Amino acid sequence: MSELRLALRQVRYENRAFWRNPVAAFFTFAFPLIFMVIFNVIFSGTGSDVPGFRAADFFTPAIIVFAVITATFTNLAMMVTIARDAGILKRVRGTPLPGWAYLLGRILHAVLVAFLLVVIVAAFGAIFYDVRFPWDRLPALVLTLGVAAATFCAVGLALTGLIPNAEAAPAVTNGVIFPVLFISNVFIRMDDPPAWMATISRLFPVRHFADAMAFLYDPRTTGSGLSGSDLAVMAAWGVAALLVAIRSFSWEPRH
Amino acid sequence: MAEAAVQVAGLRKNYGSLAAVAGIDLRVAPGEIFALLGPNGAGKTTTVEILEGHRQRSGGEVSVLGHDPARGEREFRQRIGIVLQSTGVELYLTVAESVALYAGYYPHPRSTDEVIELVGLAEQRDKRIGKLSGGQRRRVDLAIALAGDPELLFLDEPTTGFDPAARRQAWEMIRGLAALGKTIFLTTHFMDEAQALADRVAIIAAGRIVAEGPPETLGGRADAVTRLRFSLPTGSMLPERFGATRVGAAFELATAEPTPLLHDLTGWAIGEGIELGGLEVLRPSLEDAYLILTEAAVADLPEARA
Repeated sequence: MSELRLALRQVRYENRAFWRNPVAAFFTFAFPLIFMVIFNVIFSGTGSDVPGFRAADFFTPAIIVFAVITATFTNLAMMVTIARDAGILKRVRGTPLPGWAYLLGRILHAVLVAFLLVVIVAAFGAIFYDVRFPWDRLPALVLTLGVAAATFCAVGLALTGLIPNAEAAPAVTNGVIFPVLFISNVFIRMDDPPAWMATISRLFPVRHFADAMAFLYDPRTTGSGLSGSDLAVMAAWGVAALLVAIRSFSWEPRH
Repeated sequence: MAEAAVQVAGLRKNYGSLAAVAGIDLRVAPGEIFALLGPNGAGKTTTVEILEGHRQRSGGEVSVLGHDPARGEREFRQRIGIVLQSTGVELYLTVAESVALYAGYYPHPRSTDEVIELVGLAEQRDKRIGKLSGGQRRRVDLAIALAGDPELLFLDEPTTGFDPAARRQAWEMIRGLAALGKTIFLTTHFMDEAQALADRVAIIAAGRIVAEGPPETLGGRADAVTRLRFSLPTGSMLPERFGATRVGAAFELATAEPTPLLHDLTGWAIGEGIELGGLEVLRPSLEDAYLILTEAAVADLPEARA
């Protein structure tokens, strides 16, 4: 299918441009690792009710969650808004390239970066913190990461419709995601949060992604490691976000 | 008559209660350079963006290369090239990569190097776009619009922000494209640009076409008066029969038939042994016609208040 080939070609050019900004590329990959090191230092002394469960056991899957969200949601919400306001989307809209093929190119590139980040964070955890990678639950891991990546790409694209202009993109994107990350067992392990906060956190997809990843990484987990209900909530968010994106997406710059 | 490249009848675009385009008719023949000339806010960009398929019209008939642009058909987009008033481009790709990227969207693209040569960026071929000057980036815009070898090219204010030398070069380039057989639809608020480039000009003001025609006839200029302007050495007197009016230190004669008058005047000056200082033959400029027409259109607006 020629449109699909065009989308893949778009990924190639996207990737070339991405690596030509080496500072941005470096920090894309270093950022989650910096968080991982800091959190491990800060929280390494805090005890756990489970004997032998260390900070690194929590933070390795948690930072994978953070990394995937950064590479998909944050990246798409910011970069697509910036491209929109720079007029790149409008220019593309005037060519025979179907709009969806252009966006699919960006999505696939975001997923590619997310995949590299998962490998890097998982390897970092295994090498420096001796956190075992759940090889035996690989199918469930791949499915969980796939559903999460699709969901957070869709949520990121949906958010672009709500971001008024490129200048507001970082503030809106970070303002939306950081509070949710803090209450969703990603940056801080919430053993005993107030009930209302636990309820709110379960409304958002981040908490379900984090719980699913923690479950996959937990050495006590038996069976496939798949958290069906968490994946279902994420997928529901993904579908809803896709509908919002289809309705509110704009190819025109907004100033 | 050949099928028109652009055919517009009764085109309207309303934003709320404001009519940005208030019912215009246009016809652009294949191979023509057509300029839509008007002041800022007259409805130029709205009109051209409706023709490009970027905006939906509120009413009227529009046919561009036989397509209704509002339907956004892929086949339509394959046949047009668009240079928007301002657009971004990926700054980390080189000129050649960007042109090749866009060329890949079209069924019969022009060769990348040929396009780059056409817009005069051969030396910048492998430079990243982020490192180019503003004028060079504008040429990249043109190169990208040409990548698919379009039949019809839309240029929305192609030289705004250019220095005079760059404008001349851009004009040469646009003439070169017309020589390749492209139809060119450009908007501009520069009278000299319309005059220098266009086969036909339509003047738009307050959403209406107030005049249309070849630049040399626009606003009745073909049969308007010509003025002769000159100065005389101190002490010499001009005969009454010339009916001259004084304009500052100079004299002016107005006539519908400049040839015999000029003969009479110079004959008299030679006979008297007088030098006519700074002798000029003045045709009403497109600028004069334009200002008169656009001011009249704005004054006629029902919502115009004193």
